[in-house]
Amino acid sequence: MKGRISFILGLSAAVGLGLAVSVPSQAMAQGWQPQKPVEFVIMAGKGGGADRLARFIQGIIEKHDLSPKPFVPVNKGGGSGAEALRYLKDHAGDPHVIMATLNSYYTTPLRNPGLGVDIAKFTPIARMAEDTFQLWVSSDTDINSVEDYIKSVKTAGAANWKMGGTGKGQEDSLVTAMLEKKFGIKVTYIPYKGGGTVAKELIGKHINSTVNNPSEQAGFWEAGKSRPLASFTPKGKLKGRFGAIPTFEELGYGSDMVYYMQRSVIAPEGIDKDAQAFYVGVFEKVYKSAEWQGYLSKKGLIPGWLTGQALTDYFIAERAAHSVLLKASETIK
Amino acid sequence: METFSLLIDGFAIAIEPLNLTLVIAGVTVGLFIGAMPGLGSVNGVAILLPMTFMVPPTSAIIFLAAIYYGAMYGGAISSIMLGIPGASTAVATTFDGRPMALKGMADKALVAAAAASFVGGTISIVLFTLFALPLAGVALAFGPPETFALMVLAFATFIGLAGDDIPKTLFSIFIGLVFSSVGLDIISGEPRLIFGDLSGFYHGINFLVLAIGIYGIGEMLWTIEVSKGGVLMSKATVTFRRVLDSLGELRSSAKTMVMGSFLGYFVGILPAAGATPGSLMAYGVAKSMAKDPGSFGKGNVDGVVAPEAANNAASTGSMLPMLTLGIPGSPTTAILLGGMVIWGLEPGPLVFVNHPDFVWGLIASLYVANLFALLINIGFIPAFIGVLKLPFTVLAPIIFVLCVIGGYVPTQDMHDVWLMLIFGVVGYLMRKLDYPMAPAVLAIVLGPLAEPALRQSLIGSHGDAMIFFERPISGTIMLVAIVLFVLPLTKIVIRLWKRAACTNPR
Amino acid sequence: MRVAELVMALVLAVFSIYLMWKSTELPIGWLPGEGPGGGAFPFWLSLGMLACCISIIVRWVAKASPPSRSTEPFMTPETVKWFLLVAGSLTAMIALIHVIGVYGAVPLFLVYYVRFLGRHGWATTLTLALCIPVAAFFFFEIALKKTLPKGFTEPLFYPLYDIFL
Repeated sequence: MKGRISFILGLSAAVGLGLAVSVPSQAMAQGWQPQKPVEFVIMAGKGGGADRLARFIQGIIEKHDLSPKPFVPVNKGGGSGAEALRYLKDHAGDPHVIMATLNSYYTTPLRNPGLGVDIAKFTPIARMAEDTFQLWVSSDTDINSVEDYIKSVKTAGAANWKMGGTGKGQEDSLVTAMLEKKFGIKVTYIPYKGGGTVAKELIGKHINSTVNNPSEQAGFWEAGKSRPLASFTPKGKLKGRFGAIPTFEELGYGSDMVYYMQRSVIAPEGIDKDAQAFYVGVFEKVYKSAEWQGYLSKKGLIPGWLTGQALTDYFIAERAAHSVLLKASETIK
Repeated sequence: METFSLLIDGFAIAIEPLNLTLVIAGVTVGLFIGAMPGLGSVNGVAILLPMTFMVPPTSAIIFLAAIYYGAMYGGAISSIMLGIPGASTAVATTFDGRPMALKGMADKALVAAAAASFVGGTISIVLFTLFALPLAGVALAFGPPETFALMVLAFATFIGLAGDDIPKTLFSIFIGLVFSSVGLDIISGEPRLIFGDLSGFYHGINFLVLAIGIYGIGEMLWTIEVSKGGVLMSKATVTFRRVLDSLGELRSSAKTMVMGSFLGYFVGILPAAGATPGSLMAYGVAKSMAKDPGSFGKGNVDGVVAPEAANNAASTGSMLPMLTLGIPGSPTTAILLGGMVIWGLEPGPLVFVNHPDFVWGLIASLYVANLFALLINIGFIPAFIGVLKLPFTVLAPIIFVLCVIGGYVPTQDMHDVWLMLIFGVVGYLMRKLDYPMAPAVLAIVLGPLAEPALRQSLIGSHGDAMIFFERPISGTIMLVAIVLFVLPLTKIVIRLWKRAACTNPR
Repeated sequence: MRVAELVMALVLAVFSIYLMWKSTELPIGWLPGEGPGGGAFPFWLSLGMLACCISIIVRWVAKASPPSRSTEPFMTPETVKWFLLVAGSLTAMIALIHVIGVYGAVPLFLVYYVRFLGRHGWATTLTLALCIPVAAFFFFEIALKKTLPKGFTEPLFYPLYDIFL
């Protein structure tokens, strides 16, 4: 009931008729606390996977009252996140800015050296999960295995096999390049704006296959419209219904057919130790919440809490790995 | 009749006291957010999303849908009163809404917009109720070639918008399209046209920056020139009688309303298209249907009715792919979709089966929200007119402040405010020389939809442009578009030929 | 007016050429099997802009468009005065936002505009200069949670956030 009242009061504030009388959240006993709303920068545009995830996190923070001041999501998706990276660089030492990242966190600075961004300098907060990829086809085809798939692509020829994905140099194209190299096949790669559109194009049969995230295809899979062939994960990492999908490794194609999309949070360089501790605390609570864990298992994400120096080391290792992938796909020299 | 009984159950959910309160609150909040230049339904829904965690999911989506509806109604308000489209969906409403307001008929325009929104909303909800599932297939059939064909059609319906000066009109379209390509080339993933290496250009040139610059700041400078800085009071008045009369006069616009509603709904269903092309096409069609196309752009009430019916119908339409396919048809539905995921609902093909109370509660509350949006909107008209009657020397600075804040808020970047100022000043100077500005604003909205669709199609066909004509749906749309392009040209040729025949009787 | 028409067309033509040059950063041709490159769309459209400008200049020479026939001045001294006063104060406000923030620059702008350009009384002026920033604060910052730029006045708002958020 109390929730309902403050909700309706909140509304009246929204119309400018009155003030929101929200209960001040019980301040944490000591340490740094935000003094104003925290800018929660998102490296991608509104409505995409990264955006939905960040807004979901913001919802959990709000619901459990984890911060005395609100986290306000701000989309800075321009230039595949170049805009967001530059923004964080310009806000060095500002403890009221944090950013939700995805893999363009590595690829964008690699592709645009002119940005002058070194991701090793940013303050690590938390890795919240790792998303993965699967090879998908429409369920109206009679392709039931990776073997069928390779045969079909070879029979059709590169010109007639359309693979949908996100922009060139982004995750989907890197995974596609991995496939092409491994199996000696060639496809016509068509870039779309986001993974959701790609998923829909597959169901509408405008393209022949995709490398979607599990969450992007989950609804169609459940409705029997699409079919996963294999996961780009190591053995046994995925749980639940997505765990039933064979991995490339299990199918005997070697352990190198693995690709993750990290979902992490970082802060600008040079922020206070106390501020860093505050954010780590907030995100640890989010990570442990029932909502987050439920979301991970339902959407086929891999839990993977990581923080501090270990997270920075992870970023540096991934950046090196992406540098190799980008060179292999001839996106950078 | 299963649909009917499900709908009745839905109504039972929609009129629960909590839900009804939320509908009314949502519509009111939405109306105000939509009426602010720079804030549209996307902002309203995104901002209030976290508030909905305190109520059950069905109530939450009802609240957000009410905000969405309210904002669609509200978008017309700033278009008509200030001449500034608050969102891209309301651009077409300015073309005739603003001239009507300048003639002292602001109240009539507002009533017409509200009534048209109501009709558009109602027709679309009925269509939604009856044909939700079969139409979901239509959305899937639309790939890049179809989307591109649709964009060509949108431009074709707008060819009639051309002013007297053809080179200047073309220039305006071209510059709008070029500006729309600033930012990122999504096909190659490379940054493009980053002027002066300013990081603000990475997110492209937002439609709102151009629209607020040209219609907000430019329009104000123009009015100040006309009024010589004087107080200039608006002639607007409103009485209960006038509102009733305006409603009565709308009978002659019934055909336009129905046309706009159907067109808007079907365009709205298509992913990626959404309400903006729908409202623009409705305006274009209304103009070509009219007996007196010349009066469009000078305050013809049909020019307000058509886009308003269409954009409301489209907003209902765009919920269809969101619910049934989990694909948002507009940025606003993308946020709604995010909300559904947070509440633990799985949008997608099975949503009608797994969560019938949710879906039908939402549909029924759309009927309720639509009714309340109409009543609340009409109730507020005297207040809006009251604002218009402020002396211009008070109104102008307030509008300037709103423009500055409205330019800042969507991206939270001062870069956009400066850009807006430049567009405003340059737009004002160009307007003095008869450069039409509306085509540029339309082009910047449609460009980002058209270019990727064109290039995706061509990559798929390996550079063969016949792909647009070989596929049945895109082929049909293309043919209609070509006819619409050629028709005005043949008219001109025939006129010239007749004139030639007259001067040369032999 | 006639001079302005020509100057504007020339300025826009130069701008078109700049856009064309800028577009060539990405391939502007037809990539085999792929269709147009990343720079093609803006490049050929900028070329279209240039063609329009040339056509406007041709029409100017032929005196075919109304502004090129007009003998009225583009801007009367009166118009120039108002244009500079209004656009100038607007520019000053936006520049000041960087320094003293929205809540400093907006009241100053309102006082200047309402009192000195609009010649309203001090009562009206001060009411507006106070109420609009306060309303903006509650509408944008508290209800919509959209922070507005504050420049160096930022710390002054911390207590307000403590009370209202």
